[in-house]
Amino acid sequence: MSNTHTHDNFTRCQQLLGQLNEYADGELAIDLCHELELHLTDCTDCKIVFDTLTKTIKLYHLLDENPEAIPAGVEERLLRRLNLVSS
Amino acid sequence: MPGPTIDLQVYPNEAALLEGLRAGEPDACTCMVKRFAPLIYTKALRMLGDADEAENILQQTFIKACDKFTSFEERSGLGTWLYRIATNEALMQLRRREYTDTIETLDEAIQPADLPQNLQAWPIDPAGAVLNDELRSQLEQALAALPESLRIVFRLRELDGLSTEEAAAALGLGESAVKVRLHRARLRLRELLADYMAGEGTNV
Ligand SMILES: [Zn+2]
Repeated sequence: MSNTHTHDNFTRCQQLLGQLNEYADGELAIDLCHELELHLTDCTDCKIVFDTLTKTIKLYHLLDENPEAIPAGVEERLLRRLNLVSS
Repeated sequence: MPGPTIDLQVYPNEAALLEGLRAGEPDACTCMVKRFAPLIYTKALRMLGDADEAENILQQTFIKACDKFTSFEERSGLGTWLYRIATNEALMQLRRREYTDTIETLDEAIQPADLPQNLQAWPIDPAGAVLNDELRSQLEQALAALPESLRIVFRLRELDGLSTEEAAAALGLGESAVKVRLHRARLRLRELLADYMAGEGTNV
């Protein structure tokens, strides 16, 4: 059995792709979960898709938790609007 | 760059800040602005994609927050509370935009173009990743390249922690549409980042 099936079993992988999303959210039914996990140990391509999808999500959380400095002027205008500085 | 002079050390922690806010001290409000404005502004900007609108949301949020501080219940953190106000304001703004066209003409299924093309592994470890300017800009660019109809769902569901049901109600969509869009958004972002990420780390 080949351990990658990019083309020979692509439809199967495509179905599983839909499940990856629910799996990532912990919403997948247990039996399907098990099936998917089994497939991921067996299919290099799907494993990579799952890993990189998970990394994508984590990177955006990282970005979200680390905002850049606020543009010059925005804070000042905000403080003025709140009457917290005399202009 | 020096802003208005204010001693942030007056409020060494959130509890002290809350006390100041409850007592209606102006310094407390200034301190809250300094501490949370970047977070609120950035999130509003990502949600709306427009700097003027984001600034407006930022102002509305803090006006309400400083005004109606009494409605703050300590069950959540101050940041979470502020962010909830901002999210509500931003959603109202989005609804005012009449962007129903773009939001409804989207095919509600995974398209062949959404399927993963780049199947290379990524060396990056998000847990230990340094969010430098280059990585930040790669992530921002990919997000900006998403159609708004996908970006807003990714924003609300993935980053803001709204449930499928809440996001569906906020956007006037069915729950299955929200699920599919979240999936499509994740897949597209993955693909948009793949070339960069697959090469990243080879030179680290
Ligand atoms: Zn597979």
